[in-house]
Amino acid sequence: MRASVVVFPGSNADAEMIHTLRDLVRLPTEVAWHKDAELPPDTDLVAIPGGFSYGDYLRCGAIARVSPIMAAVRRHAERGGWVIGVCNGFQILTEAGLLPGALTQNQHLRFECRDVYVTPAADGPFTRGLPSVLRLPIAHAEGRYQADAATLERLEQGGLVAFRYCDAAGAVGGAANPNGAMHDIAGIYGGPRKNVLGLMPHPERMSEPLVGGADGRRLFDALVAAAS
Amino acid sequence: MPGPATLPGDPPMTPALLRAHKVNDDEYARLEASLGRPPSYTELGVFSVMWSEHCSYKSSRVHLGRLPTAGPRVIQGPGENAGVVDIGDGFAAIFKMESHNHPSYIEPYQGAATGVGGILRDVFTMGARPVASMDSLRFGRPDHPRTAALLRGVVAGVGGYGNCVGVPTVGGELQFDASYDGNILVNAFTCGVARTDRIFYGRASGIGNPILYVGAKTGRDGIHGATMASDEFSAGGPSQRPTVQVGDPFMEKLLIEACLEIFSEDLLAGVQDMGAAGLTSSSVEMASRSGSGLELDLDAIPRRAARLTPYEMLLSESQERMLLVCHQGKEDRVRAICDKWDLDAAVVGRVTDSGRWVVIATPGYDPLDDAQTPPRREDKVVVCDLPVDVLTDAAPKYDRPRGPDASLAARHAFDPRTIPVPGSWSEELVRMVGTPNLGSKRWVYRQYDSIVRGGTIARPGADAGIVRVPCEKDGHTVEKILAFAADCNGRMVELDPWGGAAKAVAEACRNLVISGAEPIGLTDCLNFGSPERPEIMEQFSQAIDGLAAACRALDVPIVSGNVSFYNETDGRAILPTPTIGAVGLVADAADVVSSFFRGAGDAVLLLGDARSGALSLGGSEYVMQKTGKAQGAPPKLDLDKERALQGLALELARAHVVRSMHDASDGGLAAALVECAVGADRPELVFGCDVALDADASDAASELFAEDPSRIVASCERALVERVKAMAAARGVPCAELGVTGGGRVVIRARGGVELVDVATERLRASRESALESIVGA
Repeated sequence: MRASVVVFPGSNADAEMIHTLRDLVRLPTEVAWHKDAELPPDTDLVAIPGGFSYGDYLRCGAIARVSPIMAAVRRHAERGGWVIGVCNGFQILTEAGLLPGALTQNQHLRFECRDVYVTPAADGPFTRGLPSVLRLPIAHAEGRYQADAATLERLEQGGLVAFRYCDAAGAVGGAANPNGAMHDIAGIYGGPRKNVLGLMPHPERMSEPLVGGADGRRLFDALVAAAS
Repeated sequence: MPGPATLPGDPPMTPALLRAHKVNDDEYARLEASLGRPPSYTELGVFSVMWSEHCSYKSSRVHLGRLPTAGPRVIQGPGENAGVVDIGDGFAAIFKMESHNHPSYIEPYQGAATGVGGILRDVFTMGARPVASMDSLRFGRPDHPRTAALLRGVVAGVGGYGNCVGVPTVGGELQFDASYDGNILVNAFTCGVARTDRIFYGRASGIGNPILYVGAKTGRDGIHGATMASDEFSAGGPSQRPTVQVGDPFMEKLLIEACLEIFSEDLLAGVQDMGAAGLTSSSVEMASRSGSGLELDLDAIPRRAARLTPYEMLLSESQERMLLVCHQGKEDRVRAICDKWDLDAAVVGRVTDSGRWVVIATPGYDPLDDAQTPPRREDKVVVCDLPVDVLTDAAPKYDRPRGPDASLAARHAFDPRTIPVPGSWSEELVRMVGTPNLGSKRWVYRQYDSIVRGGTIARPGADAGIVRVPCEKDGHTVEKILAFAADCNGRMVELDPWGGAAKAVAEACRNLVISGAEPIGLTDCLNFGSPERPEIMEQFSQAIDGLAAACRALDVPIVSGNVSFYNETDGRAILPTPTIGAVGLVADAADVVSSFFRGAGDAVLLLGDARSGALSLGGSEYVMQKTGKAQGAPPKLDLDKERALQGLALELARAHVVRSMHDASDGGLAAALVECAVGADRPELVFGCDVALDADASDAASELFAEDPSRIVASCERALVERVKAMAAARGVPCAELGVTGGGRVVIRARGGVELVDVATERLRASRESALESIVGA
């Protein structure tokens, strides 16, 4: 599996995404610049990292959706290619229409950075074989997942809710939800074969014990296992 | 030589104009004598900022020379944009702390945000990628009507800027005191890492080299920010809002990436960010450091406001702007890199050998006016023509009068034993750890991205923030682990400027060694009241000596810093606050030590003197809360004991024999024990403890809450207690076994098993974590 990390001028979680994919999961990993019209050749996995793509003074990801590289990412996703968007990457995927719904300002109106717990809520390439509770960090001001009732129904019925916020024991809802996301949604699947994942927590920032935990590494390992 | 042109609209040189520029009569006379002619209006503006306290350090310079700034690791001490310290394998840590107090009080979000932006630029300007930030904040009393809005705005501003730029904010401090009611402190720290063979200096070298302006366009924001920072506020004064700058962190991010790319090729002779006093200060400083001259053509300045005058362009403090001195012939390559990052770059001048700072412009020319034809060389006039050394070295230096603080004797005489004993020490402790000064700062640091770039090993809330930094050189990567701490207890400094300042150094370094890091360098941010008052100058002078003594005792240099005077409102000064930012190097990731208990059944040890005298409550948070005053004689810092203690702590960390270490500081030993027990962010990592103090119950107040320096609470496996004791004995450090970790309660006993405190950990945790709710809500 070959990975490409998309870098916008305001991406700032690209270093840890590249480090995790290249040095920990040990995938050949390249960088795709936002002005590129094509992904690097033979890209299997596209990772859109966190950050503030073009400053995001407008809506997060609203400018990124029309960037040259996103047209290539769209073609890749529609072909069934693997895509993971983390934090700002998730926001960009929803703005680009590759995932439904929107990420709006946290209910408490503040940026929040801390560890949360999530539970896998559907089978899929990034969630197969995961433990029932993972500890992952969040770091966002706009992470409250919202969608209309029909979309939520489709996500729930289609097994497309990839992760929900929960407490350390796995109980979903209530105070465990850090941003007011509807249905406690932390991440969703999309694409023709659940090949696109968007999530607010940062698995790439918690993939080795030295930085506080390695639960995040399991998502990437699950994908590598599913793809082979 | 004829003087510069008088421009249309230049006001005449009147006493009122001089006053508006805060240039006094002596200074004006000195200026005229140096020039041999009166300055033009534009030149007066330039002098007012260059000779301002903020830029010239005119009141502090005579004292700053007493600070130790050299050492085997020091590559660059004070005087450059930031200090540079060798961290081995061809890499250096580059860091500084700087104040942005006045702007943050006027407009808290933008003031704090641009404070972060400014310190980031100081660091990456030298060729370093920023790897960690901290912020040291002071606000007025929690129930002051403005405190909540100021706190919300400043924290959101620090986060809003740092989070976007993508530099983790890994630590800092936050204190409340009524002295900051009208003058908050926002001290921002950043550290970066660079290759030692690619460090860039703010020097305009190479005669004929072009000067490039890169980054945001120039507007009217921030004009006279440096002079504002050199003045005190008054309640009835006019709004100073127009002098506050507005930050654009995305632009800063572009500048960082573009500059680091430019630095990686051999394109530049020097570089300087435009900070306080903008284009003027940056260009003058570069010419001064290299002993060269400089010519600027204002017609070429990129601008976003119409009809800017030379005066405005030279004094604007628009953010996110850099001046690059490019090697001749390399301009196109620099421009190509700027294009990649969609940044403006314009040649705005050149280096000369004249020793003069010459500014030219075409009167009335405005590139934003489409109808205008491009300016012609023959239409340009000289608007400033000043010797560089007059702007810098000839700036006045004052050895201002010093005198004792007459209130100190009475305050020292206060006997803390006169404070009535509370009914329950348990309830007292629950209340104390829930106060804004002692409680958890979680509400603040959760608004900072402390983990961006994926290398944060210890997050805010710990004694030191710790970051792993991959250092790449020629395709080979080594990992460095850096630790950061910021400390100052202004109350202790006010009661004893020498001792309080020395304690700030000791505590910052102690927080590093107990985390497993060797202190390698310090930066200071010296926040004081008006230097024109003798008691303030006395505080300042003594504090400098205290800092210096502690640096010598602990063998760590101060490599960069900042002085902020005039922190007062209506004649009332802030607590003297010489904030110390400390940088440490962790030799091996396995040496990192937790600040919190790690499990049940470990031994709890106290390293350092076990007993506090009854009088040592002086200056403590306890006395403050009980009497509303900072009073009593503060406990003395013994630098020999501190040095031995810190040597022991680092040895224990490196021998991997302790499970946690945490220093007893604000709130004393009792607060420290609570922090060890319930300070971890995750509830499953809370461990109570049962400890016994070798003290009579009648001494409970000072035993629990006195803030004696040089004490560390450690925990270790019980099988290792004797080994730890032996290591302590070898260094002459007292080491007492207090008790054991575990259980759901914090129990503290006096001699004879008398129970002083017995509280459930959940209560202590809930109290600590709601500490800021009284200010900002749940």
